[in-house]
Parts: sequence; structure tokens; C-alpha cells
Amino acid sequence: MIEDWQNAGFAIYIHWPFCEAKCPYCDFNSHVSQFIDQSRWRRAYLSEIDRLGREFPGRTLSTVFFGGGTPSLMDPDTVGHILERIRATWPISNNFEVTLEANPSSSEVGRFRALRDAGVNRLSLGVQALHDDDLRRLGRLHDVEAALRAISISQQTFPRSSFDLIYGRQGQTLSAWKSELDRALDMAAGHLSLYELTIEPGTMFAKRKAAGKLNGLPDEDLAIALFEETGARTAKAGIENYEVSNYAADGNACEHNLIYWRYGDFAGIGPGAHGRLTVNGLKRATTEPKAPIPWLKSVENGAGEALIEDLGPEDQADEYLMMSLRLTEGMDLDRYHAIAGKSVSQSEIARLEELGLLQSGENGLRITTKGRPLTDAIVSSLIAAG
Amino acid sequence: MTDLSHIRNFSIVAHIDHGKSTLADRLIQMTDTVAERDMKEQMLDAMDIERERGITIKANTVRIDYTAVDGEQYVLNLIDTPGHVDFAYEVSRSMRAVEGSLLVVDSTQGVEAQTLANVYQAIDANHEIVPVLNKIDLPATDCDRVAEQIEDVIGIDASDAIRVSAKTGVGIRETLEAIIHRLPAPTGDRDAPLKAMLVDSWYDAYLGVVVLVRIMDGVLKKGDRVRMMQNGSVHHVDRIGVFRPAMTVVDQLGPGEIGFLTASIKQVRDTKVGDTITHEKRGTDKPLPGFKPSVPVVFCGLFPVDNAEFEDLRDAIEKLALNDASFSYEMETSAALGFGFRCGFLGLLHLEVIRDRIEREYDIDLITTAPSVIYHIYGRDGEVTELHNPADMPDPSTIDHIEEPRIKATILVPDDFLGDVLKLCQDRRGIQMDLTYAGSRAMVVYDLPLNEVVFDFYDRLKSVTKGYASFDYQLLGYRTDNLVKMQVLVNDEPVDALSTMVHRDRAEQRGRAMCEKLKDLIPRHMFKIPIQAAIGGKVIARETLAALRKDVTAKCYGGDVTRKKKLLEKQKAGKKKMRQFGKVEIPQQAFISALKMDS
Repeated sequence: MIEDWQNAGFAIYIHWPFCEAKCPYCDFNSHVSQFIDQSRWRRAYLSEIDRLGREFPGRTLSTVFFGGGTPSLMDPDTVGHILERIRATWPISNNFEVTLEANPSSSEVGRFRALRDAGVNRLSLGVQALHDDDLRRLGRLHDVEAALRAISISQQTFPRSSFDLIYGRQGQTLSAWKSELDRALDMAAGHLSLYELTIEPGTMFAKRKAAGKLNGLPDEDLAIALFEETGARTAKAGIENYEVSNYAADGNACEHNLIYWRYGDFAGIGPGAHGRLTVNGLKRATTEPKAPIPWLKSVENGAGEALIEDLGPEDQADEYLMMSLRLTEGMDLDRYHAIAGKSVSQSEIARLEELGLLQSGENGLRITTKGRPLTDAIVSSLIAAG
Repeated sequence: MTDLSHIRNFSIVAHIDHGKSTLADRLIQMTDTVAERDMKEQMLDAMDIERERGITIKANTVRIDYTAVDGEQYVLNLIDTPGHVDFAYEVSRSMRAVEGSLLVVDSTQGVEAQTLANVYQAIDANHEIVPVLNKIDLPATDCDRVAEQIEDVIGIDASDAIRVSAKTGVGIRETLEAIIHRLPAPTGDRDAPLKAMLVDSWYDAYLGVVVLVRIMDGVLKKGDRVRMMQNGSVHHVDRIGVFRPAMTVVDQLGPGEIGFLTASIKQVRDTKVGDTITHEKRGTDKPLPGFKPSVPVVFCGLFPVDNAEFEDLRDAIEKLALNDASFSYEMETSAALGFGFRCGFLGLLHLEVIRDRIEREYDIDLITTAPSVIYHIYGRDGEVTELHNPADMPDPSTIDHIEEPRIKATILVPDDFLGDVLKLCQDRRGIQMDLTYAGSRAMVVYDLPLNEVVFDFYDRLKSVTKGYASFDYQLLGYRTDNLVKMQVLVNDEPVDALSTMVHRDRAEQRGRAMCEKLKDLIPRHMFKIPIQAAIGGKVIARETLAALRKDVTAKCYGGDVTRKKKLLEKQKAGKKKMRQFGKVEIPQQAFISALKMDS
């Protein structure tokens, strides 16, 4: 019998916690630091790979993702060493995907070739806006010109490449977003991540908003219109919505992120990185120390993990439902049953179907286009009814 | 037993936050009544709810031994009283148990309504009053202005008000000296038959009922057989003592003294505040004047949010009732809410306190239904029934007429706010009975329906007068009026917990207000929800709660699973505080908030 995670695969996430500057909307675990001892960091990552190799030997590895922070600031040599060690530790799948996140600043673009030579085969660029004033407001260090150049170079350099945009920005009109999106779709190489601006607690934006200084954010009507327009325009361009905020042409979806959403196993290496790893049939949730130096020290003392929790069948099934319903393809009800030992509430499914928010059939359950903007409410009511 | 001339009994009158409890703490501290290591903030407020709300519900008392500047030894008894109109009677009894009051006013704020209501109680009880201006350590302090205000508004001499910072301790010694030199000593005859006033009583798990008494005449000793003059019950006194503030046993209590007795009394119900306690033999035949039995005037249903907690709720209510004679209850069933209790209270604060204690001390989430008064229903067949619950309203075709209780409300208010007060009373179907002026203050007397007052009248009054009004009421009797039962339908299903009795002429207005309120209180669902008010089958008001349109997390990757899951768990817990009516979930607080009127 196969274990549940094998329905989705096995992935490794590497977190590089440093940035040149902290963006005002970002609530990710990122730090600004002047002096980074690259060789000490390299040793730590390699040591974690060795440890995980001992604990989870023999698995076929599908993807690696370098996130952050700004992993394009990593020494390409470090990236190379990490990938080399990974390949030496696990057998890799035929279409092994290695993604790295990068910013469009010139210093980073200068490393693209070296990063490709180190083994990166997919680049994800944090463009965020094609509008200079908005880029400044988002605290980005690049301008539109630099972004366009970075997109072009990344597409020439890497086999696959994607970029991110944030919409629902201050003062952004529907028509302004339409033309910006069209421009992006013209340039896209089969994949885009299009996020609605979210004011996360603890960020600069949250502080400004609380102080009444963040004006011109869209109201509910505009937010819905922006989301629907995004879906319509991308579909017309053949780049379909496959997850709440992700759009891809056929076969271009990010395999690594699909492993999260299909609830596979993933190891998280680096400060604050989370993992989900199946041990003796039980899903284990892991967290590494959040701050950079304590993480290094913890790794140097043997293992990066700060917190390990074995998830019960119900928690595991809830996580599967929560993640997989973000996907347009939806979830597998048999898989849910096998994990939870019970079914998703039939009456709740029927109620949500009646409202046109959910669609079931062939043991699958998916959120409809109409239900997409209500994803969280739908997930929450299915879980509460369970 | 202390000689009468060396006893001083007093209370502290103050508005919430003006520093009553802190001042009490300092008096206790400076006289070494409590060892330093046992001192904690606000010694006298024992219950959590009181501490959080800054109100004192039960009378608390402390005996302080004080060596005056002249070297004489004094015994000071402080009674700390509740300060709300719901407990006006209890306050009046506490006031009768002492001879003087400290009037504590925040020197940065000035006189406020609650101060007024209680200071008039003190004046009624013929108290000597010593004004104390507190918080003089704060930059905004303005003692001269506040002293002048005390003279203007209350009409007592504030020229020798004591200036105090309870926080830093400045003026505490002067306050103690003023208590001795400016407040009168109690009077009483130790050779006369025992006359002790029952000031308060409460249940103690180890001692049974503890009775707080003020000895007026005679001497109370351990082993005495005493009689409660109201019900004639006789008890054997097994313990007497004083509060320092911990219970400390003494041999006897003489005239002028305040202390407690225990007598193996099982229920607080058997001890009535204001009753006179005397000896079984050679007792007095003249009870102290002013006794009033306590009668619940506000009724509402209390239901557990989770039906499975009904037995826990029964247990909690029974325990609370042991300790609170003014609280009544009987079982009730509701189609939508299942099993619960119909409970009677002295007023809305009393209701809220009991509800909060059940939720907090017994950890039961409650749904509180619309408060109601007792209506008299005259049937066509000539029969009269009492209606405690609008849900039990008989078929209107069988009713000849309905009578409702009316009150005489007395409101004291600075004339700046008089217009607002008159408007509020008119809005609540009041009939003006009297309007007189005393300086810049007006006294308004209104005949009001009790059901218009029980709910949020006091809150509204405080709000329209910025806290400067004081309010008291007494029941006048029953009168016929055009009353109807208004139902509320949520998503086309009647919610009986929201049914209320209203005057026909006000029904549309009330119905609209309630529908609007509910629209804000019920969270948006994934579908639109009609909210209607109806009389009989006729809809008189309608609102539509729009469907939730957007609720989605933009970014959710591997690192977000745990955080997102925690959020879901929180939502799941939040849903437990809601009650399902058909397809709609209504939060528990909606049931009471929906009835509050903003204007």
C-alpha cells in the first residue's frame, strides 16, 4: 500500500532569510543584515540535508525551491553545493524542478547565468507592479525598466520562468489593472502569480493602515471585480487559474507548490522553515528556529528542528482539505476518507452545491469559479461541519 | 467591645474610577490592618467581575484599628457598597448601618452621576459627609474647581475638603484624622434588648451563610439564640467576628459595632437584607424601620449555547441562587433554544452580573433572551394570567386586555441636559408628573412603563447626560395599554428568543431598529438573509443581510499551513459561540445587543 504523501510527491524547501531591504507589505521571515558568513550558512544547509537523508532515505525527490528572503542574494556557489548534495542524497525524478526566487535588481540579474549553471531551472521573479510610483510605494528597490529587463534575461537564461504581480494596490482602478495585466500576459512565459494585496498583521502597511494612512485600497466590489477580471483575462490568454493566486499554461504549473497543495511531503530547511513529513504513517509537522543565528546554532548542535508535532488523522485530513481546495482541480474524497477515517459532511457539501459554490462528482470535490473568492469560508464551513 | 465614643462607622461614596478602592487600600495599609505581604490591589473587591468592571456588588466591610495623632485608640468600620440603581435598596441599608461618608471625587474629573445618586442616599441617611479630593498627584488636578462644583451641585461645604493622592499616600493620615474628628460616633444602648440590622449576607462553602450585621442596641454573643424578625426563624449563633478584612472571631459585638455572625443557616434566602435580628428571649418587639422584601422585576431566559451543558447550567444557577436571594429561576423550554431557565432579576446590571458569573465561574456559554417584565393578561373568559415570557403569549383573540407595570422614576439632572432627558422619557412612553429646579439642577418625575426602563434606560440616561444624571424608581402599579407581541424572523424562521412585548404605536420603530441592529450583529453568510419583524402574520420591518462575497487568503504555501490551520481552529471555536437557527448562525451576544436602542 502506498502512503498518502505519495499521491503528491516529495519536495525540499530551502529558506534564505536575508533581504537587501524589508518591503512594507511582507510578513515573511526575512532579515536585513550587512555581514553574512556564506561558508557557515553553506555548512549548515549541507548538514541539514545530510540529516534528512539519514531520516528519509530512498525517496524520489521531485522538486527543490529556494525561497526567502531573497535567495538570489545567495552565493551561486552555495546554491550549487546544496543542489549537488541533494542529488547525492536522494534519487531525483525525471522532470526534477529547481525554482529560485529573485528580485529584478541589476546585481541579482548579474547572477542568473551562474545560478542556472548551479542547477536552477525555474526562476520566480518578484516584479510586483509595472508602475514606477506603485513600486516605490511597495518599497521595491527596482523600477519598471529594470523589471522588464530582468524578465527578458530570466526567460533567455532559464528553461522556465515566472513572475509575480500584486493587484488591489492603493488607488488602482479596474481599467489600470486590465492594461497592466495585458502587458504582463504579453510577456509571460506560461506562468504568473497574481496576488491580491493583503495587509498582514505586523507589517509596515498594517501600521500605516491602523494609523489611517493607507488610503485608496479597493472596496469589496472593486476587489471582486479585480479578481474576476484577472481570471477572465488570463483564461483568454491561455494561462489558466490553477490555484487561488496562480495561473499557468498547460504543463507550466509550479510542481513544487503543487506538492504543498496536493498535500505531499516536504522538508523545510532554514530559519523558520516548516515541513510535513510522513513518519510511520503519521504526518509530522516540523518547524525550524525562526531567527537566523539560533537556527545556525541549532543545526551546528545536530538538528535544525525546533518543534515537532505529530498530526492526528483529523488534523491531517483538515490540512489536506484546506490546501487541496485551493486548487482548481480540487480534492479527492476517497483520499480524505482514507486519511480521516470518515467522510466530508455530505449535508454541508449539498448545501454549498446548492449555493453554487462547490461541485462534486467522481469522488472529486472542487470549488466553482463563483465560489473561488469565498475559498476560506467554504473550507471553514466544511471543516466545522466535519 | 469598644466604647461607643471610640468607634467610627463610615462608607465611601465615589464614582467608578475615582479611586474608592485605592483609597480603601491605603487606609488599610497605613493602619497596618493587613500585613504588607498579604496586601494586594483592591482588597475589598473579592470577585473577579467586580474587579474588572470596577463595581462592588456585595457590601464589603473592613475593621481598622487606628491610633490617632492624640494617642487614642479607635475602631473604624468601613462598609463598601454597590453603586447601582439595581441595588438601591441594598445601598440604603448599608448607609443606615454607618454614621458618615467620605465623598471621594477625582480632582481631575469632578462630580459624576453615580456620586450624586449615592451621596443623596448618604444625605437621606443623615450622614456627616467629608469631601475628599483624590488624584492630586496628576497634572490635570484642579481642586478649587472641583470643590466649588461639590458645593454647587451637591450643596455641601467643601471648603475643608481633604486633598489626597491615594496612589502616592499623600493625605491619608489627614483622612483618618478627619474620620475621627468630623464623623459622629454611633449611639446605642448596650442594656437594651438586642437590635441588629442585617446589612448583607452571602454563602460561604465552609461556614454556611455569613450574615453581616450592625448592632444598634444590646450585645450579641457567641451561643446566643437569635430570631429573624421577618420570618420568625430562630438560629443558634455559632460564631461572631469582624473583618480585618479577613474574618476574625471575637467574643461579642456591642452597640455601634459592625461584624458578622454564622448560625448554621443553609440558604441566603432565609436572610433578608434590612431585617432586624434580636434575641429569641427578651428580644425587642420593634423592628428597625425601612425593611423591604426584594422582588425580581426583570425576567429573561438563560440557555446554554451547547445543549449538552444544560445540567451544568442547572448546577451553576442553583449554586448562585444559594448566595443571592433576589435572583429567582424556573425551568423553561424553547423550540429553538432547547432547555434553559427563566430567571428573575432586580434589574439589568443584576442580570448581567449573574450571566457573566455563570459564563466565567462555571465556563458555560449562554444565550440570554429578551428581558421582559410581568404582564397581566386579562382573558375574554375573565381569567387573569401573569405573563413572564413573550413566547408564552396566548392567542390574541382570547385576550380582552393587557396590563403592564408602571414606575415612578425620579431623575436629577443638570439643566443643560434637561431637554435630552425629557426627550428620552417621552420616547419611552413616559408621562411627566413633576418638574422642579434646585439651583442649576432639575428634578424630573416621570410615570414610565417598566418594560421601557428595564433594558437600557439607565445606560441611555447616562449617555445622554454624560453621566451627570442620577436615577431612582419605585413601582406604581399596573395599567392597561395597547401591547402586542413582536416576533423576529431570521431567514424566514421565527426566533422566539428575540420576541418582545411592545406598544402597538412603537412597534414599527422598534421593529426597524431591531432589524437594523441584527443586520450588524449577524455575520455575513454565503447567502443573503432576510431579517423581519412581524406582529401576528404581518411583517412590519425588513432588512436584508447581504451575502458574504469575498473571503480568501491570497498566499498559502507550505510555510503557511500551520498558521492557516490555527486560524481555522479559532473560527471553529468562534462558531461554538453561535447558535444555529435553520441555516443561519447567530452569535450569542446578538440576543441582548439587538434590543439595545441607540436613540
